[in-house]
Amino acid sequence: MAELNHYLVLSGVLFTIGTAGVLLRRNVITVLLSLEVMLNAVNLSFIAFGRFLGSSDGQIIVFFVITVAAAEAAVGLALVIALFRHVETLNPDAFRQLRG
Amino acid sequence: MGFELILFYVFAAIAIGTTLLVVVQSNPVYSVLLLIGSFIGLAGLYVLLQAPFVAVIQIIVYAGAIMVLFLFVVMLLNAPREELVTSGILESPATRTIGAMLAIAFAAELAWALNRSSTLAWTVTDVTRRPFSVPEIGRRLFQDYAFAFEATSILILVAMIGAITLAGRQLTEGARLKSRPAGDASRTDGGMAEGGRAEGGRAQL
Repeated sequence: MAELNHYLVLSGVLFTIGTAGVLLRRNVITVLLSLEVMLNAVNLSFIAFGRFLGSSDGQIIVFFVITVAAAEAAVGLALVIALFRHVETLNPDAFRQLRG
Repeated sequence: MGFELILFYVFAAIAIGTTLLVVVQSNPVYSVLLLIGSFIGLAGLYVLLQAPFVAVIQIIVYAGAIMVLFLFVVMLLNAPREELVTSGILESPATRTIGAMLAIAFAAELAWALNRSSTLAWTVTDVTRRPFSVPEIGRRLFQDYAFAFEATSILILVAMIGAITLAGRQLTEGARLKSRPAGDASRTDGGMAEGGRAEGGRAQL
């Protein structure tokens, strides 16, 4: 029987991988993917807590997180397309037009 | 009992392995496909946690819809391989030292917190309890969380309009493209032709 700590450690590991991806990668799409990984790590801990507290609130919060993630992905990818049209690269260091 | 633990480790290994590959991979198409594997591993874990509803929407919405959107954008942009140029701030030894110290502090804090929580001995109090059924969750969603649900619909609508506004070609731009010479016309076909796209982009800048 897997205990709560198993799931929390797994969630922490996934969140760390996602954070590393956001900070280290130089490709906007991979950064967005790493963001999804981080959201999923949080979802896992929500579900685990909901299960071990015997409540359905965890699942409902995850439902909302998935919805917000879908909205975020849509807007984020639209921004990536708009930016790519201007600078022809996916390197976030190149997006500095506002800085002049 | 033991079987469930084995399944946990199998799904956890799938999730961690594929997620690591997602971050390490330099080709975004492989990253997206591997992330689908990671989501499938997580869906398995949700089933183990007696949350079949979430497992199903994880597959349908995340693996089915969001990842297809990502894949579509990756292929639409014909994304170049990531140039592994590190900016100057990552190279300096001071930054590295501070980063390593922060990482060690974070790891120590995490170990301390988990060590402390294990004394609380969280275990399932009622193992035989059946999972929450979809009607049950739906009832809660439309009664206790009705406002949040409606707010989410507005959010989706706003995101949809925002995405169309941001990514859609403006009418004025389309008019300008039409008045341009034929060399730039390839930009209107969705940017698939690579040579023409690069030229068009530079002409636009």
